[in-house]
Amino acid sequence: MSRQNFHNLDASPNANGQLPMLSARGLLCERDERVLFCQLDFDLFAGDIVRIAGPNGAGKSSLMRILLGLSAGFEGQLFWHGQPMAEQIHDFRSQLLYLGHQLGVKGSLSAEENLAWFCPNARPDEIYAALQKVGLKGYEDLLTHALSAGQQRRVALARLFLADKPLWILDEPFTAIDKEGVSELEQVVIKHAQGGGLVILTTHHDLRVPVKTLMLGGQESEMPLC
Amino acid sequence: MLIALLKRDLLLAFRSRGDLLNPLMFFMVVASLFPLAVSPDPALLGSIAAGVIWVGALLAALLSLDLMFKGDYEDGSLEQMLLMPQPAMLMVLVKVLVHWLVAGLPLAFIAPLLGLMLGLADGGFMPLILSLLLATPTLSLLGAIGAGLTVGLRKGGMLMPLLILPLYIPVLIFAASAVQAGVQGTSYLGHMAFLGAYLALTLVVAPLAAAAALRISLAR
Repeated sequence: MSRQNFHNLDASPNANGQLPMLSARGLLCERDERVLFCQLDFDLFAGDIVRIAGPNGAGKSSLMRILLGLSAGFEGQLFWHGQPMAEQIHDFRSQLLYLGHQLGVKGSLSAEENLAWFCPNARPDEIYAALQKVGLKGYEDLLTHALSAGQQRRVALARLFLADKPLWILDEPFTAIDKEGVSELEQVVIKHAQGGGLVILTTHHDLRVPVKTLMLGGQESEMPLC
Repeated sequence: MLIALLKRDLLLAFRSRGDLLNPLMFFMVVASLFPLAVSPDPALLGSIAAGVIWVGALLAALLSLDLMFKGDYEDGSLEQMLLMPQPAMLMVLVKVLVHWLVAGLPLAFIAPLLGLMLGLADGGFMPLILSLLLATPTLSLLGAIGAGLTVGLRKGGMLMPLLILPLYIPVLIFAASAVQAGVQGTSYLGHMAFLGAYLALTLVVAPLAAAAALRISLAR
């Protein structure tokens, strides 16, 4: 029980009087008999960009998996639009876009084929436009194992332009992306939040984006930049 | 989403034909080694043909199960599938369908050739094809449970046969004896009825169980 000094996001009510989109009460995550965090409460609102921060091993990815409902090793409650998550799981999943540490991009499919399965409702011209936006014009028909690590990640990132989902959960989205790419992505994230979306991300990059920080482990640091 | 998944998996299967031909090659090699090892005597071979072909088919299906979820687990697509709003059991059904189309159905087409090679009596061909058509989906469905449970393990290859072989045994017994009944000229409808009932049961239970197994495997 060495990591008791958890710190939570400020749970003060939203200035616009909105209900929180995603809330957690009393989250506790234990891994290999070590408590990563406990008594974690937070309310996340539409329009927020939330960065889950903390040193390596603080439980950032574990928290994301708990939010996604992919993890069983936790206690506490999750709420989606104020309702218990267990009752809202279908609604939650249909509004979720998750970009994991592993991308889910198949090497033996082309960029276009990969996106066609991620976003089955997207028309081919929309897919081409999205690939152009992430700088992959001309690479649409190449098998993705022939692409570089950064380009493969860009294929996955093209989903941000295709799916119209309010909740984005992005695990290290900027890994292997070059500088210009990162600043473009920051703009996409800001635009999504301004449009009423909620973005939850982890990154070790210094973001030039107004974010709320959810600090796990480590010392107190609550910095709602604006 | 499910149709997109079906299209994607068939395309992936087509692009990695080599992996898929392995079980079929195995099936053919096993059956063709028997005359060399046992005896070229047609009467003897004819009497063991049903068993040899069915054991070969079962092992070939077992060999290919590892591929059902492994690739998707390793590159993260499995996570994405479990986060789809559609129930995970439908996703499992699609996966099973693809597995059956590429690894089960071809067995039913090749088996008559092997029967010919092993000197299977004329009455045995019909029950052989019918039993393979009826029972290979069961093998894929049951296999999905084992594949789902062991997908996260690095050495799941040894554990999976132990887990699912007991469930395969009834299929083997009834299918092989259906072929024997055909060879002897008696009715094999009872055996087929059992295989059909077993298929109906696994069709209902296995996708649920496999979806739960996948959730457990991913919630490490």
